[in-house]
Amino acid sequence: MLFTSYEFLGFLAAVFLMYYLVPKRFQWGLLLVFSYLFYFIAGPSYLLYIAATTVTVYFTACRIGKIGEIQKAYIKAGKETLSKEERKAYKEKMKGRQWKWLLACLLLNLGILAVVKYTNFAISNVNGLLRFAGSAKQFGFLDIALPMGISFYTFQALGYLIDVYRGTVPAEKNPFKLALFVSFFPQLVQGPISRFGDLAKSLFSQHAFCGKTVSYGLQRILWGYFKKMVVADRILAGVNTLIRDTDAYRGAYVFVGMLFYALELYADFTGGIDITIGIAETLGITVKENFNRPYFSKSIKEYWRRWHITMGTWFTDYIFYPISVCKPMLKFSRFARAHFGEAVGKRMPVYLSSFAVWLATGVWHGASWNFIVWGLGNWAVIMVSQELEPLYARFHKRFPVQGKFGFKLFQVIRTVLLMSCLRTFDCYRNVLLTFRMFGTMFTEGNWQILWDGSLLRIGLGGLDYILLALGVLLLTAVSLLQRSGSVRDKIAAKPYPVRFLVWYGLFLVVLLAGAYGAGYDASQFIYNQF
Amino acid sequence: MKKRKIMKIAGTAVIVLASLYLLQRLLVPKYYADVVEGALIAEYYQEEKDHDVIFIGDCEVYENFSPAVLWEEYGINSYIRGSAQQLIWQSYYLLEDTLRYEKPKVVIFNVLSMQYNEPQREAYNRMTLEGMRWSMSKVNAIRASMTGEEHFLDYVFPLLRYHSRWSEVGAEDVAGMFYAPKVSHNGYYMRVDVKPAENVPEGRILADYRFGENAYDYLDRITKLCKENGITLILVKAPSLYPYWYEEWEVQMEEYAEENGLLYINFLDLVEETGLDFSTDTYDAGLHLNLSGAEKITRYLGKVLAEETGLPDRRGEEHLSEIWEEKIDAYEQEKEEQYEKNYGNDDNGSASFSRLRG
Amino acid sequence: MEELLEILGDLHPEVDFETCEGLIDNKILDSFDIVSIISEINDRFDITVSAEKITPENFNSAKAIYALIRELEDEE
Repeated sequence: MLFTSYEFLGFLAAVFLMYYLVPKRFQWGLLLVFSYLFYFIAGPSYLLYIAATTVTVYFTACRIGKIGEIQKAYIKAGKETLSKEERKAYKEKMKGRQWKWLLACLLLNLGILAVVKYTNFAISNVNGLLRFAGSAKQFGFLDIALPMGISFYTFQALGYLIDVYRGTVPAEKNPFKLALFVSFFPQLVQGPISRFGDLAKSLFSQHAFCGKTVSYGLQRILWGYFKKMVVADRILAGVNTLIRDTDAYRGAYVFVGMLFYALELYADFTGGIDITIGIAETLGITVKENFNRPYFSKSIKEYWRRWHITMGTWFTDYIFYPISVCKPMLKFSRFARAHFGEAVGKRMPVYLSSFAVWLATGVWHGASWNFIVWGLGNWAVIMVSQELEPLYARFHKRFPVQGKFGFKLFQVIRTVLLMSCLRTFDCYRNVLLTFRMFGTMFTEGNWQILWDGSLLRIGLGGLDYILLALGVLLLTAVSLLQRSGSVRDKIAAKPYPVRFLVWYGLFLVVLLAGAYGAGYDASQFIYNQF
Repeated sequence: MKKRKIMKIAGTAVIVLASLYLLQRLLVPKYYADVVEGALIAEYYQEEKDHDVIFIGDCEVYENFSPAVLWEEYGINSYIRGSAQQLIWQSYYLLEDTLRYEKPKVVIFNVLSMQYNEPQREAYNRMTLEGMRWSMSKVNAIRASMTGEEHFLDYVFPLLRYHSRWSEVGAEDVAGMFYAPKVSHNGYYMRVDVKPAENVPEGRILADYRFGENAYDYLDRITKLCKENGITLILVKAPSLYPYWYEEWEVQMEEYAEENGLLYINFLDLVEETGLDFSTDTYDAGLHLNLSGAEKITRYLGKVLAEETGLPDRRGEEHLSEIWEEKIDAYEQEKEEQYEKNYGNDDNGSASFSRLRG
Repeated sequence: MEELLEILGDLHPEVDFETCEGLIDNKILDSFDIVSIISEINDRFDITVSAEKITPENFNSAKAIYALIRELEDEE
């Protein structure tokens, strides 16, 4: 069920009505039933995967929690009798046990993810090596369907498990509650990746119908549909034309495609998340924000703190920190400092662990080399700008432009362009092809296509461009307004006729100018199945 | 306070519903101004429903038979519920729909649509289904007709289907929001121009000449529905040269008619008897007949109807005569106008016209 | 405390760490800074700050970081 289908809207209406009609203590149970129904409709066999993850994570978390309790009780009971060393040794012993459980469950679930998502990637690489070695032997590909949202719910479930291990959240005793946390349907397709500590409270509590929350939620949903249907799905036709025919569309077209894709991805992904968060809001549930006006970032590092935030913090908390502050890493850092000097040694933990993070980010996005190169490309840019920091400082000392509007604008544009360049790996889905196409920008010299009308022949008409331009204007205006607080609050403060006109007007715009129905392919969410 | 709140909600609802309704009226295509074939189905509901004969079928009925001739020469009151590429299940449900209003004595079904076993094209579905009034027949017709990409909801709220037409709204969309002028003469779509049939292509070879199961099923249902209502069902194949009518198809139709005791008339075999001349009687080289052709075969059909079904001559009925008098006037007037338009001045005179005169 | 302020001051000379209360919330320290801080205090205070101790609350101010150090020293 796509977010932009009648079926989904009908599904939502059913959920919403029943949610506020059933006795409040059944509300979260109802959500669980509908979440599993949602997953069942997507593919009955997928249920097996999500159930397997839920069950294993549930039992492991309970086990880890239990060990923690025993440990605490033992320490408490032996407060007088045990020496400090004994207490420490006992703690470490128990922690070791917890670690074994954690590791087993992590490996199992990451294993499932690896098998369904990466087996064919591995096979194709092995086949490539075999060909390279002159062997005629080739392995056949496996026919495995990729369960919807498996990367999202696996990460969400494992995040919970690690939190239990760390003692940040208690183990959930009710398996059905955990099942709902893992499968909550609005975020099943494309995230955000919620933390148990953030989501659990509002997810399981009872919610009375509140007019303001519900209308705010509906407004957010409408705004999401605007981004998705009026902007993203409209420009999609142009993006597809440009990136599919790599013989015809080179040079300046690559540049145009880059920018169009940046807009499409932004509108589609943030719009989808708006819909997700809005749905949760109508149900009284708070889902963490996943974006914070990312295209206003002044550096790539900042961009990654503002784009797909829940994924970024997941990688930071569960991969970056553990690797960078683990004992072997610190030992290695000390070793490097002694042998290669202070500067190198100090950088080691950050460099190595961020390399691991970006490798993982790339792999997480998709099972192919272009995503890996894309991830490492991000890493390289961040590291280079980190190294250039002193140079920047010298520059700013001599030219006091920092904080000036023009310079900030330059930084923002630079970031958007850099990100767009990196994303060409995502567009062409092939590393060598991407480099080739990127190169044509400098060799083809066909920049006249920007104004000679060629852009009207890539599946977008004059009217499409006008609508897109207006859409971008509105997106920008709203983003600017957001800097001084919630736009919905601002509108809510206006008299009723104004409020009505704003929201009904937006509804009519989506209804009339949305790219849906005959003649348009409602596109899949780009982040589906990642 | 509470009263004010209710007023506010009610007022908002009225504004929203009214504006959406007006928007929908504005954006749905105005077939009368553009593709008149799409306007045919809806026109039936304005008629006084007392017909002896109802035609159902695709363009081979609404372009080839003229109810005016049946009235003028045989006193038979008939109506054509035809539409472009009307599929057989649509014919069935249109018949069901018609029976909600009246019970004709004879139903004439043109068999060309037996060739289609599955939904074909959304645009044609629209032209047939949109004009129908809401009833279970319409619901079932939609469900039977939808192609893979269509949604039932798009039929309930055509605004969803035509939402993007706002960029091409014209004067006729405004004028036609609540009004549609008549485009047909009891379902007959008149054309007087001539384009002779030359070099009619042979039908290409098909893999399978058997009509589909689904098509047969609906033909059975039409037969059954007529039997239950005491209606004489007549099968016809209009004399259109194209789409090609295969001998294998003909055999199947003849067999079906015989098994079910139905009269089956294939006008392709009656060119001599009807006096049809494909150099003057078609306006698009053999696909459809023009007025002259339609009148010829209708005359023949009228004779068959009078002889075989014993339909009475109703020209003596005063009320009906009055209605028809008006209809014939409109018929003659349009005939004249079309001749005027096609052959009135030399700029528009086509080559075929000079030959016609010559 | 003096030693901690020295470490922090080396990283961000422009920030007044004695009073600043929102080092994480206001995005003054990023993940790279935190790793540098941890590797420094691991060395100087001879403690181990494991990944699970890296929470916004523990790093939001110099005071909080110091409290964390004291807590870990106690455990050692």
